[in-house]
Amino acid sequence: MKSAEFSRHFSSGLKAIPLLFFFAVAQPAREPVLPFEKPGAVPKANKIDELVFSQLDALGIKPTYLCSDEVFIRRAYLDLTGTAPTAAQVRDYLAAPAANRRAQVVNRLLDSEAYIAYQALKWCDVLRVKSEFPVNLWPNAVQAYHRWVSTAIRSNQTYDQFARELLTASGVNFRDPPANFYRAVQKKEAFTLASTAALTFMGSRTSRWPKDRFEGLAGFFSKVAYKSTLEWKEEIVFFDPDKPAPKGANGLPIQAVFPDGKKPAIDPSVDPRLVFTDWLLAPDNPYFSRAGANRLWSWIMGRGIIHEPDDIRPDNPPSNPALMAYLETEFRALGYDMRKFYRLVCASSTYQLSSIPSDPALTNETHFSCYRMRRLEAEVLIDIINQFTGGIESYSSPIPEPFTYIPNGKPSVEIADGSISSAFLEMFGRPSRDSGMESERNNTPSAEQQIHLFNSSHIQDKISRSAGLRKILAQPNVKPERILEDLYLSILSRRPTDDEKTKVGAYFQERKEKNKQGEGLIDLSWALINSTEYIMKH
Amino acid sequence: MEDKKGRQNGGVSRRDALRILGTGAAGAAMLGGGLGAQGLKSGKPFAKSVIQIWMWGGPTHLDTFDPKPDAGYDFCGPLKNPIPTNVDGIRLGEKLVRLAKNADKMAVIRSMTHGNNGHETASYLVQTGHAPGGALTYPCVGAVVALKKAYDVGYKGLVPPYIVLTRPQGRFDEAGFLGQKFKPFATGGNPADAVFAVEGVVSKDIPPERQESRKGLLSSMDTFGSAMGAHPEMGQLNASKSAAWDLILGSAGKVFDLTQEKPELRDRYGRNTFGQSCLAARRLVEIGVPYITINYPGWDTHKQHFQLMNTMLPQMDNGLATLLEDLKDRGLLDSTIVWWGGEFGRTPRVEWDPPWNGGRSHFGRCFSAVLAGGGFQGGQVIGESNKTGEEPKNRPVYPWDMLGTVYERLGIDPDGTIPGPQGSQLRLLPGAEEKLPSGGRLKELV
Repeated sequence: MKSAEFSRHFSSGLKAIPLLFFFAVAQPAREPVLPFEKPGAVPKANKIDELVFSQLDALGIKPTYLCSDEVFIRRAYLDLTGTAPTAAQVRDYLAAPAANRRAQVVNRLLDSEAYIAYQALKWCDVLRVKSEFPVNLWPNAVQAYHRWVSTAIRSNQTYDQFARELLTASGVNFRDPPANFYRAVQKKEAFTLASTAALTFMGSRTSRWPKDRFEGLAGFFSKVAYKSTLEWKEEIVFFDPDKPAPKGANGLPIQAVFPDGKKPAIDPSVDPRLVFTDWLLAPDNPYFSRAGANRLWSWIMGRGIIHEPDDIRPDNPPSNPALMAYLETEFRALGYDMRKFYRLVCASSTYQLSSIPSDPALTNETHFSCYRMRRLEAEVLIDIINQFTGGIESYSSPIPEPFTYIPNGKPSVEIADGSISSAFLEMFGRPSRDSGMESERNNTPSAEQQIHLFNSSHIQDKISRSAGLRKILAQPNVKPERILEDLYLSILSRRPTDDEKTKVGAYFQERKEKNKQGEGLIDLSWALINSTEYIMKH
Repeated sequence: MEDKKGRQNGGVSRRDALRILGTGAAGAAMLGGGLGAQGLKSGKPFAKSVIQIWMWGGPTHLDTFDPKPDAGYDFCGPLKNPIPTNVDGIRLGEKLVRLAKNADKMAVIRSMTHGNNGHETASYLVQTGHAPGGALTYPCVGAVVALKKAYDVGYKGLVPPYIVLTRPQGRFDEAGFLGQKFKPFATGGNPADAVFAVEGVVSKDIPPERQESRKGLLSSMDTFGSAMGAHPEMGQLNASKSAAWDLILGSAGKVFDLTQEKPELRDRYGRNTFGQSCLAARRLVEIGVPYITINYPGWDTHKQHFQLMNTMLPQMDNGLATLLEDLKDRGLLDSTIVWWGGEFGRTPRVEWDPPWNGGRSHFGRCFSAVLAGGGFQGGQVIGESNKTGEEPKNRPVYPWDMLGTVYERLGIDPDGTIPGPQGSQLRLLPGAEEKLPSGGRLKELV
């Protein structure tokens, strides 16, 4: 790609949103599937729906039905907090007035502790928070950094402020945690720092950039210097005006040039990172907001409007340009408030669509005509299994000093350190946090994962000793009907269908005839935990 | 504490991302990785499988394959009487009595070097053949073999092509940029138990009858999965499920049933986790699994080194010697490479002072490795260390030299490429442009 073409991409926003014609949303040709879908027309709840549905209409694609309330509550919990609702939470929700219960549950979740932990996990993936090779933050810094990220989310720090603190950070890494942004890299030199900044806050991979533009960006990071302290593994990140810049392709020291091709005049006493950050966060810079809005969208929709969300470049256009333009504008208009942004997306019918396509031929569709089914993240899957079964994971730090103590029963989502892992998390594609790329997380099902879920002692022991099941059975005078309902609500967040009740009855009868009736409920728990509905976000 | 000690020993701290690659010590020529591709044309059939015995933590070289009885008590401690072997001129540590009878099958490399004393970085170096600290995480040998000897050539086995007995190391991502599919399958369980409960494959508690019932229940109760129909995500999921059931309920899982072996043979291997892992590895080789790693823990012996060696070395000796003999008896040795080694050796000079009180620390400057089988020429020693085992004296062997030789013997072009991120093709081993020191590939072995 030529530098000039590349620059245009950076300097101009997308075209204004075209005027929309309001079409009625066409209904799928098939009947709704119960209990997963909500019969009836899909309303246009907000601007997102107008933009998505008008594009679908132009493409001749019918959006699918809305998801049922049972599917919605489970989805909202998983997407916003990485947890599943309990049976009681589902019952309360289904008993609440239908009119605004979806919005209410979203509001409650956005205010929860679990939201903070889950968003911290997501951001720490992007920020490469791990102690060991190849990032080598070291445990103290990992804890400080993770706590800082969690605090930023708890206090609802705006996304632009979050970015500014990281991009301009200097200081002692244990006491000024954002300084770790410049340590959580594989090489502490200007080009790697530039790539990291571009990947994190421009959603762009410098490996795709014209050489001179990449050098120009690296120029802003050429004065970042490091020195160690007397404290073991403590490090100071600072602005060193005298640090010589590395040489570029032409053999001369690289100079700071904005990605749009403009050359700033930087006073030698000014940290060039401040100049870059001001450029990036300027209101007329479309890039920052686009990358942020697209990333947050991809986290709850399962796919970026620009896909992948960290591969934004001129020849990778958004699947719905008007929607992208609207969201990047709106994210800025919302003051870069991430909770407000999620609220906006979750309120749309687009988010609330069923994951069963309107037409079986549409399974690879990328224009958001249905919710994207995908496997639960490794940490979330083991956490919700433990949530029901009362099982615990035991994690310990591979680094003896300083030893990181992980209390038993701590949810896997809350583990700060990407170097602290387990065979389960590795098998289920937890990101190694080496590069900060979204694609590091691998949610593809595999045979190894299935045999683990079907038959490993790790999972079997949890299911057969399930605290959740014992609690259900310990209710006074509990009837079989109620046991079954509680089990379904606890595991799948819904009640069993009549067909399922019949099949369960037949299975229990079979086990009874073999004199193994004690196994019936364990086997049913096992089957529900191994069902598609359980291991997939839907 | 190890770190502090490591620093005192010469400024090389334990976990720093080192890029010190032992230059100078052996006066290595800057040869790069492009030399020595002759092995491809050696005429012997290529090896089919590798059993990697990973001496987790870094095994002592002085007390095993590179004894230095003349260096004195400060180096040898109580283990000062090396024993002759069935090959004239080769002596081994006194605890390796059964391996001494199998020296004709082994090539002992005594001049391994990389100079890195951190577990993670050295593990990465030795198992990927790449210097740590680059922008990319390279896959280790097992993942590369799974790619080249299994997935690329239509491997259809139900047992995954890259197996770890029994626990993964977790020191680094074995699959690197190749991704999830190339990670090893770690068996878990203990092959020395009455039932080797391979995680997911063999359940101690659930008999086949109940498995069948559960399988039926799951397929009839998967209401949502049925509603999703022919969705592509369902295709991947259903294929995974059906492969899983084949392994659990079909005959493929029987490879892990060690009770099918004669009790006498099991005794010879040793009724311990390592011995029985060696036996399990042989069974996996028999069904065509191309890469098996036995992660053998416990070799990071900073303290109580000699007490530990008294129990650990005989166990290692029995397991490894029986493996070589058993492979030979079954005609599998020529097609199976057995690779013994760890991330580094251990300090030749014993640390007698507190807090170590007779320990050995990390030592990457000079250590030993063993290659046997797979068509390699056994009964020889490659390279020498100096009088104290602290420096390679001649013929330095760097990790990429050794891995290049192993790849060649497997019919994998060490100068070829593997698929990198975003559609790129990357060199399997470092090229000459990286200017790494090299002793050249091990022509002596082929």
